[in-house]
Amino acid sequence: MMDSHASMTNLPDSAEGQAHAPHGEEEHAHPTWSTYWKVALILTLITVGEVWAYYIPSFVAGRGFVPTLLFLSALKFTIVVMFYMHLKYDHRLFRVLFTGPLLIASLTLLALLFLFGHLFIKIM
Amino acid sequence: MPASVAHTSAPASHHYTTLGLDSRKVAIWAFIGSECMLFVSLISTYLIYKGRSVVGPFPHESWTDPATGHVFKPILNIPVTSASTFVLLMSSLFMVLALAAVQNKEKPKHTRGDRILGNSRLWLWMTAIAGTTFLGFQAFEFTSFVHEGLTIRTNLFGSSFFTLTGFHGAHVTAGVIWLVTLLAIDYRRGLGSKDSLLVDISALYWHFVDVIWIVIFTLVYLIK
Repeated sequence: MMDSHASMTNLPDSAEGQAHAPHGEEEHAHPTWSTYWKVALILTLITVGEVWAYYIPSFVAGRGFVPTLLFLSALKFTIVVMFYMHLKYDHRLFRVLFTGPLLIASLTLLALLFLFGHLFIKIM
Repeated sequence: MPASVAHTSAPASHHYTTLGLDSRKVAIWAFIGSECMLFVSLISTYLIYKGRSVVGPFPHESWTDPATGHVFKPILNIPVTSASTFVLLMSSLFMVLALAAVQNKEKPKHTRGDRILGNSRLWLWMTAIAGTTFLGFQAFEFTSFVHEGLTIRTNLFGSSFFTLTGFHGAHVTAGVIWLVTLLAIDYRRGLGSKDSLLVDISALYWHFVDVIWIVIFTLVYLIK
């Protein structure tokens, strides 16, 4: 299992996504080195965009500022989890082990914000 | 290689679940899931207390102390934190390159580029240095906050901020120590593709620390 994983990594771009690990539909080849660099570039550009937005007073004062930053943050989170943590390519059980607690925690966060009046203020 | 073959060829000390997955990898994902809950509880506390501090300094607004007349500037230093965020993002890149280098250790390297990309020690060192640099930024930030009058006991913002970012810093510290142990193994006997799961598990932890910072950076530093 472990060795097969190792041998499947860093295939040429053309082979990426075509090669399958022992579990068939469950596991796929990991990304290539070039994919890792591209992901790093995308993450950097998103971070630059976030900080840039922070320094535009008219945008900060507008309604779109917070949703935009939350979306960009969620995008970066997803990219790292999918490509660097290989959740996109790994077994489904790992996705369940990660997204299950994350979902519970997120719902708890929303419930607490609602209970303490933060979400209520936003809705009104 | 079929999973059943992997079972027989694996060392006897390795344990596999009935799904054919290494139990150590299942364990690290379960641990990361529980860590999500820990950090969401800390983030929740920060958000609930946000804007409810009676006295300053405040994160994004100036504050004048009525007793002394001293004016406190907004305490958060976005340029410094942006730089530390960039360093931590790059450390994740170095970590995946370290993992790829270990996984492909036995593959022949024909070009200089292949040798650089296949140098696990280089990438493990780079990751550890980036992690230490991030911790340096955090130490600088904490020290400057204390000098500017914000401690963990000053107000609700200080309490929740230092607790949240302090816990994250402790996790980064643990990650750096983990990386140093991997480097020690690499220097002692060399990390090969048979050790890729060891590096994979540490990489998962490191990336988790990175994604938590992605959330903290947005919620604490950028959203006013």
